[in-house]
Amino acid sequence: MNGVHDLGGMQGFGPVEREENEPVFHAAWEAAVVAIQQAGGTRGLFNIDEFRHGIERMAPAHYLGATYYEKWLDGITRVLLEKGVVGAAELAERLAFFAERPDAPASAPLTAPLPPRAPANPKWAQDVIRAGGPQRFAAGDPVLTRDVHPRGHTRLPRYARGKRGVIHRCHGVHVFPDTHAHGEGEQPQPLYSVRFDARELWGESAEGNHAVHIDLWESYLLPGS
Amino acid sequence: MGKNHPNVDPYVVSRVRALESLLLEKGILAPDAVDRVIQRYEADTGPMVGARAVARAWTDPDYKRLLLDDPRTALKRFELDYAMLMVVENTEPVHNLVVCTLCSCYPWPVLGLPPTWYKMPAYRSRAVSEPRALLGEMGLAVDPRREIRVWDSSAEMRYMVLPQRPSGTEGMGEDALVPLITRDALIGVAEVRPPAPAIR
Repeated sequence: MNGVHDLGGMQGFGPVEREENEPVFHAAWEAAVVAIQQAGGTRGLFNIDEFRHGIERMAPAHYLGATYYEKWLDGITRVLLEKGVVGAAELAERLAFFAERPDAPASAPLTAPLPPRAPANPKWAQDVIRAGGPQRFAAGDPVLTRDVHPRGHTRLPRYARGKRGVIHRCHGVHVFPDTHAHGEGEQPQPLYSVRFDARELWGESAEGNHAVHIDLWESYLLPGS
Repeated sequence: MGKNHPNVDPYVVSRVRALESLLLEKGILAPDAVDRVIQRYEADTGPMVGARAVARAWTDPDYKRLLLDDPRTALKRFELDYAMLMVVENTEPVHNLVVCTLCSCYPWPVLGLPPTWYKMPAYRSRAVSEPRALLGEMGLAVDPRREIRVWDSSAEMRYMVLPQRPSGTEGMGEDALVPLITRDALIGVAEVRPPAPAIR
């Protein structure tokens, strides 16, 4: 989708602000969001592409104003509600409880003993490489990216659509996010590192002597000549 | 805290607690999961594995070749099995820079958690379109004769820069080099500086 998350080449955000001696977490709730994300991922409640697409569907103004882990919270909550892992009513009830008791621990409303944990797959976000099929392109081949505007999840950035590049290398066959984010299966296909000259991407406005490498799935690409 | 950290609505904290509590109750979240995350990232934080691999590459040409050609095998020397990393080498003609324009993909296992600026729109939007101006503002002037090669981490592959070894470090061994190698140099927004001369 042409969402607010697709930031490459946008202007107006100002200079990069660095924080000296930045702590690992700015507050304990940020670590709780990381723990929730990892638990949800490793226990198979959502895959990495569903997680990302959950974040991409935030309201644009909220996305730009939210901190990083607030984005995670918003995306994860959306996906868990959609999948029925948590119900809207029970979440609203729990939210009312904590709005009244902002300092209560997460275990405060629990009355029954905790159930045993499901098995986890700790490599969930790395487990994307599948056995190879034939590859359409080889290193050095010219390619043209498709000029498409899919309504769902895609990892073809807007700034690189309809652009000419050259295959740098193939990374093997990877799960395809555009289907994997929508319950349409892994549909694995070759993933390539594609090199684009900055002039192809940014035209007359390009800075000199600059190239961008983007990792793109085979179905994003057409033969370039 | 600046605009990287707009004031967080207290309601956000309630939302986290509510979800955390439901997932605890359903057996999805372990009771010690949050403490383990804090322990893991606060104790093992920083670019330790990445810095060690770079220091070894600077002192052992065979290891450097392995790190560039087969990073997974190279990282196993540091007890890390990480299949998704690509290592890109800074040279006289090329300076590399890593970004994720679509989200904030970052090689956590070798660099620790990303800094906030890496995840904010200013960096993500500009790194691909005006990297030379961006790096200049961040304090790194890249010679116009050097190509800036930006790696947009749009898939599950992750990128780490192998910086150039600074002059003045010729006699130094791997252990002495490690502390010089910063996270920012491994992202490509800084170069590695030689150690400051000792005060006599």
